[in-house]
Amino acid sequence: MAGQLSIAKALNGALRKSLESDPKTVLMGEDIGKLGGVFRITDGLQKDFGEDRVIDTPLAESGIVGTAIGLALRGYRPVVEIQFDGFVYPAFDQIVSQLAKMHARALGHVKMPVTVRIPYAGGIGAVEHHSESHEAYFAHTAGLRVVTPSNAHDAHWMLRQAIESDDPVIFLEPKRRYWDKGEVGESADLGLHDARIVRPGADATLIAYGPMVKVCLEAAAAAEEDGRRLEVVDLRSLTPVDFAALEESVKRTGRGIVVHEAPVFLGMGAELAARLTERCFYHLEAPILRVGGYYAPYPPSRVEESFLPDLDRVLDAVDRAFAY
Amino acid sequence: MTVKSTARARKKAAPGVRATAKDAQPELVQLLTPEGERVEHPDFPLTVEADELRALYRDLVLVRRFDAEATSLQRQGELGLWASLLGQEAAQVGSGRAMRPGDYAFPTYREHGVAWCRDVDPLNLLGMFRGVNHGGWDPNEKNFHLYTIVIGAQTLHATGYAMGITKDGADDAVIAYFGDGASSQGDVNEAFTFASVYNSPVVFFCQNNQWAISEPTTTQTKIPLYRRASGFGFPGIRVDGNDVLACLAVTRWALEHARTGNGPVLIEAFTYRMGAHTTSDDPTRYRAADETEAWKAKDPITRLRTLLEKEGLADEEFFASIEAESEQLGLRVREGVRSMPDPDPTLIFDHVYAEPHALVDEERAEYIEYAASFEAGENH
Ligand SMILES: Cc1ncc(C[n+]2csc(CCOP(=O)(O)OP(=O)(O)O)c2C)c(N)n1
Ligand SMILES: [Mg+2]
Repeated sequence: MAGQLSIAKALNGALRKSLESDPKTVLMGEDIGKLGGVFRITDGLQKDFGEDRVIDTPLAESGIVGTAIGLALRGYRPVVEIQFDGFVYPAFDQIVSQLAKMHARALGHVKMPVTVRIPYAGGIGAVEHHSESHEAYFAHTAGLRVVTPSNAHDAHWMLRQAIESDDPVIFLEPKRRYWDKGEVGESADLGLHDARIVRPGADATLIAYGPMVKVCLEAAAAAEEDGRRLEVVDLRSLTPVDFAALEESVKRTGRGIVVHEAPVFLGMGAELAARLTERCFYHLEAPILRVGGYYAPYPPSRVEESFLPDLDRVLDAVDRAFAY
Repeated sequence: MTVKSTARARKKAAPGVRATAKDAQPELVQLLTPEGERVEHPDFPLTVEADELRALYRDLVLVRRFDAEATSLQRQGELGLWASLLGQEAAQVGSGRAMRPGDYAFPTYREHGVAWCRDVDPLNLLGMFRGVNHGGWDPNEKNFHLYTIVIGAQTLHATGYAMGITKDGADDAVIAYFGDGASSQGDVNEAFTFASVYNSPVVFFCQNNQWAISEPTTTQTKIPLYRRASGFGFPGIRVDGNDVLACLAVTRWALEHARTGNGPVLIEAFTYRMGAHTTSDDPTRYRAADETEAWKAKDPITRLRTLLEKEGLADEEFFASIEAESEQLGLRVREGVRSMPDPDPTLIFDHVYAEPHALVDEERAEYIEYAASFEAGENH
């Protein structure tokens, strides 16, 4: 798969491969057929695999996820698309009370190989409900696996791994990075739940995922000019979390800063900070800091730049970490 | 069985129920044909004076003009997005003008024509599409609720509001607007159930514009949508959604039916989305141009103009004055949008709660201090 692919195309390729390799794989969602999805992630798939396998559903998210559960019970491997982050909530019961618990309730006798793809997070100048980062709701629910790629290679391979998983996976796609291009390698070089050090450094660890990885890489490049070598870890998986990799990095650098778009309060950063503090306490030069959204509804697009963590907000936290 | 019980309901209830018989062809209530002929319908007699017809014509033209202006403002980058009502003017103006001042409308994101009838300043509608707010008007001022983007959610709010009207012993009524796509949502079906069992004064006004983004109505339903009502126990009527007179008459009847204690009504306004779903959409990917062409012949404005001209109810001077007024409206909208200031970022923290909240207050203070550090040049 030589050459540069956008994240969108890399995802499209992963869906195509999954449809090819397993006749039980079916795609379901609103406008995923002829239109190819509003982000064109399923572009051309209905044409090639037919309306039986790439299914335009009625406009009902609870229906989409609920029937995906039924299809899974019947031996299928549904990959559903939720059109935008803010439209998954009508399916919340089906996801957190049904999908997440079915395997345990059946004492392991049934499996739920359902992938729920959701374009998430902000930065695209959209109207309400099109920019939300709701990963914590899902990560808080045992029974779900939650992952999010930040680049084309991971987008492709993580989606294929997610579809192959026999557990339900919430697959969060950073929509503002859909058009970012990157090399997609010939094989998955990591397990679905492994973190990746995307930039090595010695003075502090930036921990990010999805859309914020790029921001952290930019911050690390800028910090280098100030003589600070920042390590950037792409978490990739939000549950389970690769704590071993994080612990190793933070013990080495002595400082950790978690960056996400979701509100700081009770976000992923809270859990990461707490556990890393427990694991790395005697190695820390500063408390684990968090940079994220505010405790407020995602704002109108003309002010979203002020809501979203950017290079300055990350560097400001780096300064604070060094000031301890 | 089905046929018999429907027949029984027919005697008792509304005229539109007639159309719910299982074997009946979908009946379309029409009072003004695409050719501009005035026709009668036995269940929906309508007397309209010349000045009322002219006023409806004015509404239709101005609403279309406003919509076109918004579309071009989006192309110029002044708006982030626009959801055009092109083709649906009659459904919105007809139903909007059927409302009394005390009635309440719960729109989707496309009801610019209803907003117009409720006297909401068109500029207020543009704030959320420009990205300066998420609503931008006081719903209770004109009894026009905020736009709702999450498909179908507002139908439950409308029903709850209607339940409140009943508790108050008032004789107001509510219209819940939604689309053909929305008819599949759980919320909409729950709204039907609540409204039915509580006999709530709510009119469910479904604009079947044949499309939910790229999905044709056949993706949502196997029967004509108005027939869904019979399963919930209330009347359903299909009306020509491009016929402003039929929409007016049927909605008036439905609101009266609802406010006099007879419970909800479902109106399916059979119409067509002439434009893209929104300015982000590309309909050439999923629908044929000749379909759109065919619907052009049913244009809601042309047929009313034909009637006015044929019957000698309006002269050139009238049409010219409406044209001039629509130019003015376009200008006002254009200038108004361009001069809409970007909000102060501290708006993020405004109105998160009605009462003080420590964390929000703390984060607001932090934000202000952080932003000030740039102005003071302390930071980088
Ligand atoms: C719960 C939910 N799911 C998906 C969407 C994305 N979406 C926006 S409009 C739309 C189609 C709506 O179709 P319809 O109800 O027919 O209304 P129309 O746009 O045709 O007026 C979809 C799927 C949404 N806004 N809310
Ligand atoms: Mg529609």
